[in-house]
Parts: sequence; structure tokens; C-alpha cells
Amino acid sequence: MNHLLRSLAPISDATWKVLDDEARERLEPALAARKVIDFSGPHGWDHSATNLGRTSPLASAPCDGVTGLQRRALPLVEVRAEFELSLAELRDADRGAADADLAPLDTAAHQIAVAENVAVFHGWHGAITGIGDASPHDQIPLGESTDEYRRPVAAAVERLLHNGIKGPYALALGGEQYQRVVQTAEHGGYPLLEHLRKILEGPIVWAPGVKGAVVVSLRGGDFLFESGQDLSLGYTSHTGEVVQLYVEESFSFHVATPEAAVVLTA
Amino acid sequence: MGFDQYHEPPQELPSATRTFARLCASLTEEAEAIGWYEQRLAVETDADAAAVMRDAQGEEFKHFSMDLELLLRRTPDWRKIAEGVLFQPGDVVERGEAAEAEVLEDGGGASEGRAEDGSLGIGSLRGVSR
Repeated sequence: MNHLLRSLAPISDATWKVLDDEARERLEPALAARKVIDFSGPHGWDHSATNLGRTSPLASAPCDGVTGLQRRALPLVEVRAEFELSLAELRDADRGAADADLAPLDTAAHQIAVAENVAVFHGWHGAITGIGDASPHDQIPLGESTDEYRRPVAAAVERLLHNGIKGPYALALGGEQYQRVVQTAEHGGYPLLEHLRKILEGPIVWAPGVKGAVVVSLRGGDFLFESGQDLSLGYTSHTGEVVQLYVEESFSFHVATPEAAVVLTA
Repeated sequence: MGFDQYHEPPQELPSATRTFARLCASLTEEAEAIGWYEQRLAVETDADAAAVMRDAQGEEFKHFSMDLELLLRRTPDWRKIAEGVLFQPGDVVERGEAAEAEVLEDGGGASEGRAEDGSLGIGSLRGVSR
């Protein structure tokens, strides 16, 4: 048994598999950051920091005749979304019920995916510098009309090229912007989604939690996500009626090339 | 570049499973290379050439062992069965049958679909559209 304490839960192996499958199904479409940045790991729950290869000066030395430096590391953050499931529903799942109420799990999975997206694309105050925080480029307004989205996306690509950042490029679109893009056909009926893909030479991803949109280079080596414990379901406690579970992960995020992304504001 | 190690559509497989499949393909290739060097050594009469081949085969022993160890670390049931078979005295088949019964009848198959660390095994989603 590891720190997730799953074997202490009053949940059968078959139902744990149902819960894991449901969580995976909910998480994967929403985990936009993992579709466009470099992923390292998982390195385990006991992995606590990312090596930055940097040092800080020390004001003093332990004795005369020596100098010292202190290594700098990036601590991992832990993110957890707790939820509660009815034991009666889980017993029904054991009986083969295909419609067991797992809505609280779905909500928690979506919340933690949003948290990961927001931390990577916009930052987490005091914990993570996001892509938008680090980018030195002026933000480009997306504009009111979806018809105009081609211009800011093309402008972002041109700005990256101008800075020597090679493609292909990806566009992470916030939920509202993504919906507007997929619904839009340009004059003549050509889908806007396809036109934007041609400009980017890369994918367009649904990024719930993102405000506006972000254009990033996919060339690699620019944005580094280091996973400690990858997304997991764990157990907290239970009563006779309900079981308390959580979805959790630990990670760090480091921007190696701030110039490799442009934020588009809604 | 071939993608023959995948038996199912790669985009439907979790990252951990894709890595697992690549390691399995690598393990197979190392075992093949060991077999090829064994055959070459059996017929080679030039002592200098044989020495080079023997050294190369040693590299493949190492590669095979590293692939196997990593796969076993990431597959608890496989590891438990291997512990009952590898480096054990006695009849190999009996050892294998006993290890399999002990592990699988003990409910070890419950880890199906999950990574060894208990995570959902999602990992990187690069290459997954939308």
C-alpha cells in the first residue's frame, strides 16, 4: 500500500477500475497543458524539487579560505481536489450498473485539470511562474468578433518567428473562445478551426481555465512540466453511507524560453 | 520510423502504456541480438573477430537486463512472478507455475490499467489533438 491508501477504502477492485477509467476519461480532454509542453516523469510522490542548475551567493563561509554557493531548486506543488461518493452507488456499480452517479468525481477531475492549465498558462501566485507571466511579448487582443481571430493568431506566429522561435505552434483556447472557434465558418463556409490550424501548422486545444488564448511553440525545450506523482485517485475516509476520495498530483513547471509564447487576451 | 510495437491505436493508449510497449520492443530486439551473436560466435574461426563479437554480445546482455529490470519495476505482478523464477534453483517450470499461482490467485491482477505508482498513468499528452 502506498500513500494513496486505496486498499483501505470500502471499494472493490472492479469499482476502483470504474473510478480510474471515469477519472481518466474526464481528465484527458481537459489537460491542455500536457498537449503542448514538455512532460518529464512521473518521478514519484517523494520527488520534491526540480534541479534548476543555478546557485545563489552566500554572505558568509564556514571558515576562512573557502567560498560557498547555495543550489537553487524549484519545489514541486501538490494539488488535490476532494470529493465524496455514495457507497450505495458504488455497490450498484459492483452489480453492473452502468449509470452509477459519479458526478462528484467528474467535477473534481475537471477542477484539477483546470488548476493544472491555469498554473501552467497563467501562473500560481507564490508557487509557479506561468507562460503568460514569463512571456516578454505584449499581449495581443483577440478581438470581439471570431471572424477576426485569424489576425491575432497570425500576428502571434509572426512575433515568434521574428524572435527566432521555430514552429510548429499550438493554440490553447479558453473554453468560451474554443466554442466560438469551432462554431465559426468563414465566408464561403471554410471552418475557422482549419484556417487557424494552417496558420499554426499545429494543433488547437481546448484549455478550460485559460483566459483568452495562448500561442506556444511546439519545438520542445521551452516549457518544462515535471511530474512527481502523476494524477491519482486516493482515499481519505468513509462512513456507512459515503466514502471520501480525492484526485491529486504533484508537479513543477519551469519556463526555459519566455519568448516562445504569446498571450492573446479575450 | 516504424510504430509496429503498438497493437492498438497509439492515440488511444496512455503514455505509460506507450512507454511500456517501447520497452518491450527494445527487450525483444536485445534478445534477438544476443541470439545472432551466439550464432556468429558458433561459426567464427578468427579469434580476434570472435573477441569483438563476444564483447558486443556482452553489451546486449547488459541492455537486455536493463530493459527487463525497468519493465519489472513498473509491472508489480510480472516482478513477483519473476522473483519466483529468476535465480532460483530447482525445476524452472515448477517454479514458474508456483509463482504464477501465488501471485495471480492472490488477486494481484487488480493493478490492471494502473501504473505501478497507483496513478492513472496519463503522463504526456503531446500528439493528442483537442
